[in-house]
Amino acid sequence: MNTTTPQNTGPKTKQQGAVKRFLHATELDTRLLGMLGALLLIWFTFEIYCAMFLGRPSVFLGAAAEDATGFLTPRNLWNLSVQTSSIGIMATGMVLVIVTRNIDLSVGSLIGVTGMVMGILQVDILPQYLGLGHWSIWIITVAVGIGLGALIGALHGYLIAYLTIPSFIVTLGGLMVWRGAAFLANGGKTISPVDQTFALLGGGPYGAVGSSMSWVVGILGCMGAVWMMAHSRAQRRKHEFHLRPMWAEVSMAAIACGAIIGSVFLANAYPWPKGIVNAYAKANDLVVPPEGLFISHGFAIPVLILIGVGICMTILMTRTRFGRYVFAIGGNPEAAALAGINTRWMTLKIFALMGMLSGLAAVIASARLNSATNALGTLDELYVIAAAVIGGTSLAGGLGTIYGAILGALVMQSLQSGMVLVGVDAAVQRIVVGLVLVLAVYLDILYRRTTK
Amino acid sequence: MSNQGTPLVEMRDISISFGGIKAVDHVTVDLYPGEVVGLLGHNGAGKSTLIKCLSGAYQADAGEIWINGKKVEITNPRDARAQNIETIYQTLALADNLDAASNLFLGRELVSPLGFVDESKMEAETRKIMHRLNPNFKKFSVPVSALSGGQRQSVAIARAVYFNAKILIMDEPTAALGPHETQMVAELIEELKKQGLGIFLIEHDIHNVMKLCDRAAVMKNGQLVGTVKVDEVTDEDILSMIILGKKPGAADSEAAV
Ligand SMILES: Nc1ncnc2c1ncn2[C@@H]1O[C@H](COP(=O)(O)OP(=O)(O)O)[C@@H](O)[C@H]1O
Ligand SMILES: [Mg+2]
Repeated sequence: MNTTTPQNTGPKTKQQGAVKRFLHATELDTRLLGMLGALLLIWFTFEIYCAMFLGRPSVFLGAAAEDATGFLTPRNLWNLSVQTSSIGIMATGMVLVIVTRNIDLSVGSLIGVTGMVMGILQVDILPQYLGLGHWSIWIITVAVGIGLGALIGALHGYLIAYLTIPSFIVTLGGLMVWRGAAFLANGGKTISPVDQTFALLGGGPYGAVGSSMSWVVGILGCMGAVWMMAHSRAQRRKHEFHLRPMWAEVSMAAIACGAIIGSVFLANAYPWPKGIVNAYAKANDLVVPPEGLFISHGFAIPVLILIGVGICMTILMTRTRFGRYVFAIGGNPEAAALAGINTRWMTLKIFALMGMLSGLAAVIASARLNSATNALGTLDELYVIAAAVIGGTSLAGGLGTIYGAILGALVMQSLQSGMVLVGVDAAVQRIVVGLVLVLAVYLDILYRRTTK
Repeated sequence: MSNQGTPLVEMRDISISFGGIKAVDHVTVDLYPGEVVGLLGHNGAGKSTLIKCLSGAYQADAGEIWINGKKVEITNPRDARAQNIETIYQTLALADNLDAASNLFLGRELVSPLGFVDESKMEAETRKIMHRLNPNFKKFSVPVSALSGGQRQSVAIARAVYFNAKILIMDEPTAALGPHETQMVAELIEELKKQGLGIFLIEHDIHNVMKLCDRAAVMKNGQLVGTVKVDEVTDEDILSMIILGKKPGAADSEAAV
């Protein structure tokens, strides 16, 4: 019943290996495993490089977690998760755009213009009327940013769907137009700092939910995962469809919960820096013991936003008519139209959604920087498109998953921040990202050819 | 077959052209309940284009459509579906990346009370109807791109039959089928006819036309050559209509326009 991952059910041959049997019984997507493999490869390559060539202490060579400065440290992985958020959020929208055989090259510039407008609004305009630091400033700002993104996206969608201008051209024009508009909005000047509550949406020590809340999130996540698997099994039993063997279900649940709990441990293993702890202690009349206070970051707020967006988008794509129509249009636009689907209106809505998500990504990106600059989001379109493609979205249309795109974003971001960590030149970084994009598309073509 | 009373469908004086080419040129056909009307003619005669005006895929430039004695406007496929018109297109019009159930319910998904698509219910319904139409069909959880031509055809047929059509349009439904499957389609047409459906059948095999159709309307170059009752003519009469563009017995002067 899955629309995106062709699987064959039913037994094949008896003499399959244990790994093959496991994959077969769990109906796990081999592509997902490939992505996870690529991710681990990137992570360990950077870790090994740091340890061997830069002499950085590594937890794998016996260093304590707080002394390690390689790639695989709680601190670096936590930062990686925050950096992935804005690309990941946009990548989920790019899946819909690419699945329907379009492209959006303007998302980076949309970040620039919505970020700038939000900056002006919360720093120059709203405080005049509401007073500096008013509680509602961040809410109004976020709403306006997302709304503006949706509006611009809808405009793109209108030009593409109703005036039949190719999306490539409309959004290439948009890339220029909105970057220019971002500059004009404040005459090229940077706006800083942003509203204090708004800044929390970008992460940082105060923009994380702390240890106990992270446990709550993690446990809820586990319960949700187990419930979903049980529900799906119950549905299949009700209609007497093929059921996965019980051991496969249990191991899937164990893997899912293990990954969630593991990420909670990781997020909680990264403590606040000393300066922040002292400031916090002072403000709350706490005495810091001589060995220091260990206050965990826990999950960063932008990461929770990404997870929330990922869940909503997955539901949208797999459980609603809207999502079905997206896939149908991608598979055969003519058939979709003959089935009574208003394909133009769908296209407009998809681009509006992409714009909305770009606006949300701009919230996170500018909050993280604690400022709005007209260069915000430059080249993000590349990362976002690469993330979607690495995550299994086919440029031929009709195929793609949300979780894949988020994992793709993590891959791209790992590559980028790893290169920064080991000190790769900015020019070389660009060359690598460009090559990875082309390579990802080529690998996708090869993968589809062999699995056909 | 008594063609009295109000016809189920009347397409009156339908014309449509594409960039100067008159694909359908003042064609009038009708269809009664429980009747199968064959649409015949060479490739490019305008058969598919004519029925697409009825299914809502195209909008005629001129002409009227009457259903059960009432004039209706069919401006898109949803209008046609609302009139209980179901269509099996020559191209099948399937989304290759979706499975059988998703295609069958495309545009009319079953949803739970919360508004979410009810996948298992749709698959269960699909299994039921496919069991009736094509008991050998087993590939429910793969995209239809992985199916054979005949299997794809049966998905398209199931989609048309599932929603209790009153008017069924079949554009070359047996084109991709072997003899056994063609026989199954023939039986299905007989069964639906008994249930009182009206069927427009576009079919090239003259043998099937003689066997399945009550009347045959022949088109050539976008125009209607004529409509004949199948049991009043021979194979040769119909073939000569298709080839020569003349009604049997009609004087040469009459047909030459
Ligand atoms: N969408 C279209 N655009 C341009 N020409 C078309 C279109 N659809 C059909 N035609 C033309 O209309 C004529 C009739 O085609 P069609 O109805 O498919 O014939 P048939 O189904 O009888 O083989 C052909 O000349 C075809 O090229
Ligand atoms: Mg045709």
